[in-house]
Amino acid sequence: MKNPENIIEVRDLEINFHTYAGEVKAIRDVSFDLRKGETLAIVGESGSGKSVTTRSLMGLLAPNAEIKKGSIMFHGEDIIKKSEKDMQHIRGKDIAMIFQDPMTSLDPTMRIGMQIAEPLMKHKGLKKKEAIAQALEMLKLVGITDPEGRINDYPYQFSGGMRQRIVIAIALVCYPEVLIADEPTTALDVTIQAQILDLMKDLQNRIDTSIIFITHDLGVVAGMADRVAVMYAGKIVEYGTVDEIFFNPQHPYTWGLLNSMPTLDTASGSLRAIPGTPPDLLDPPVGDAFAARSDYAMKIDTEKEPPFFKVSDTHYAATWLLHPDAPKVTPPAEIVRRQKKFAAMQKPKAPISNSDSKE
Amino acid sequence: MRKYLLKRIFYLFLTLFIVATATFFLMKLMPGTPLQNEAKLTPSERAAILAQYGLDKPVWLQYFIYIGGIFKGSLGLSFQFSDQAVSYLIGSRMGPSMQLGGQALVVGIIFGIILGAIGAIRKDTWADRLATILSILGIAVPSFVLAILLQYYLGLKTGWFPVAGWEGFAYTILPTLALAASPLAETARFIRTDMVDVLSSDYIELARAKGLSKFGIVYHHALRNSLIPMVTLIGPLAAALMTGSMVVENIFSVPGIGEQFVKSILVNDYPTIMGVTIFYSALLCLLLLLTDIVYGIIDPRIRLSGNGD
Repeated sequence: MKNPENIIEVRDLEINFHTYAGEVKAIRDVSFDLRKGETLAIVGESGSGKSVTTRSLMGLLAPNAEIKKGSIMFHGEDIIKKSEKDMQHIRGKDIAMIFQDPMTSLDPTMRIGMQIAEPLMKHKGLKKKEAIAQALEMLKLVGITDPEGRINDYPYQFSGGMRQRIVIAIALVCYPEVLIADEPTTALDVTIQAQILDLMKDLQNRIDTSIIFITHDLGVVAGMADRVAVMYAGKIVEYGTVDEIFFNPQHPYTWGLLNSMPTLDTASGSLRAIPGTPPDLLDPPVGDAFAARSDYAMKIDTEKEPPFFKVSDTHYAATWLLHPDAPKVTPPAEIVRRQKKFAAMQKPKAPISNSDSKE
Repeated sequence: MRKYLLKRIFYLFLTLFIVATATFFLMKLMPGTPLQNEAKLTPSERAAILAQYGLDKPVWLQYFIYIGGIFKGSLGLSFQFSDQAVSYLIGSRMGPSMQLGGQALVVGIIFGIILGAIGAIRKDTWADRLATILSILGIAVPSFVLAILLQYYLGLKTGWFPVAGWEGFAYTILPTLALAASPLAETARFIRTDMVDVLSSDYIELARAKGLSKFGIVYHHALRNSLIPMVTLIGPLAAALMTGSMVVENIFSVPGIGEQFVKSILVNDYPTIMGVTIFYSALLCLLLLLTDIVYGIIDPRIRLSGNGD
């Protein structure tokens, strides 16, 4: 491990899916780190590869997926090389996962206490009675009222928000080092969303776990994440701290995402959207995959893939616009407004030092 | 629920009444009389016997007399067994039939579940295809063909099992196998389809994310959820076993109701034919009613938890 603070280091990951239509290049050369105690948000639209990336961390890829290249280092060992049996000892114990739809992620025929107790019996070798006792503690922790009375209930006796709390209890019952949350609030009402996010933040502090938070909802990211990685067409196109991504975005795709986010002062009645559709990953385009949908595309964007340009020690973006020779462009008005705010935020702080400590 | 139940029980009796009526007249249309093997009787003797059994009366009158008897709780007396009560005949022969049916149902369902689960877990592999072929064969080959094949190869040729008769457990094995093939195949098809569905559901994904082993996932999560819809299948399966058992019982000379039924048809033993038919129909209707009641109890939970609210 290059950096002792990193729990997970993903390097040059490439994943293809074999389909009848051909090889879908779902993940193309993705690298990122997850640090201890942080929340890393992976943002992108449907099909950008965010879920596939995290499933590979769990060893839960579909049977037709093939990891072509790269490594996923966890505690100095490459997860990709591990057998299914070894992965079973990591899943649910060291790396746990929360899914999108709480209405369907619980087994309808098993009492919830048992569902929470299962990982304890598997990983900690607890007897059923002890495991159920700990499951009860966990139910209290995730804020289920009257846990003693409800531990023997079945999932259908709970509301969506309550079920997501139970799913969270299942995920955290072994105190995992890494929690992967795959759009955990997408299926919930907005008010319940906020409760679940608060709960996750609270538990993160108590349990001291790192979170990889997958979402397409930038509003959620702002409140949750420490760092953000923006994915597009199977690649990370920009990553940085949450402030850097929100207030000083550099990639035209990030601009588009932020620009299409409605705010209270969105003046006109219509919502802004990014024109076009994502590229077909059966045959990804040469160069910057976003070029076809970008108002700022240059000739080189269709010829050569942009490398990551450094914006700050923590902020990198893969767009040719950052090349010294690139013409100066003015981002959309909303982005300019954000960047001004960012500049104001930076002023009181010391200027960014040029230390060469890498990501 | 109470109203529904009363309605269903009313329909049950209505069904039995219609079955009894239809069978009665169909039976009368069959060629021959109960006396056809006693051709040496003089016309007066013949008339006396017919009168004794009420067979000289017009058919419609016989019908009303019979139905009236049923309402009084009597299935009549058998012609062929020197005036034994039909209800006693059925009762005394129920044992072997129930034993065979029960054994076949248990064997069929257990191995059907195993075969179906293997098909689902090893979907699209040779194991899955083999399971599919076996179940198609099991559905397509009639039980009496299988019975004769088993009798010939496992009974006669190898001598591993007794060919026919009813003198102990060994005698039940071949007929059980012959009867079990069809429920086994049906169960396997059903479980496979169902489990493929269940295995792709979110809670199985969550179970995998917990780090459970493949076996643990199937045993603790997939199987239970695939089995619930099986409840609907058990009624019809049991019914199929009953009808299938008639011929199989004959082939293996099992002293059960089915064997009795076929014999009665051959000698025009009217009361026995009627009695067994009504008994079979009642059993079938009860099984289906029971299935519906059980499913009604389980159903709201599936609806609530499966599709969300």
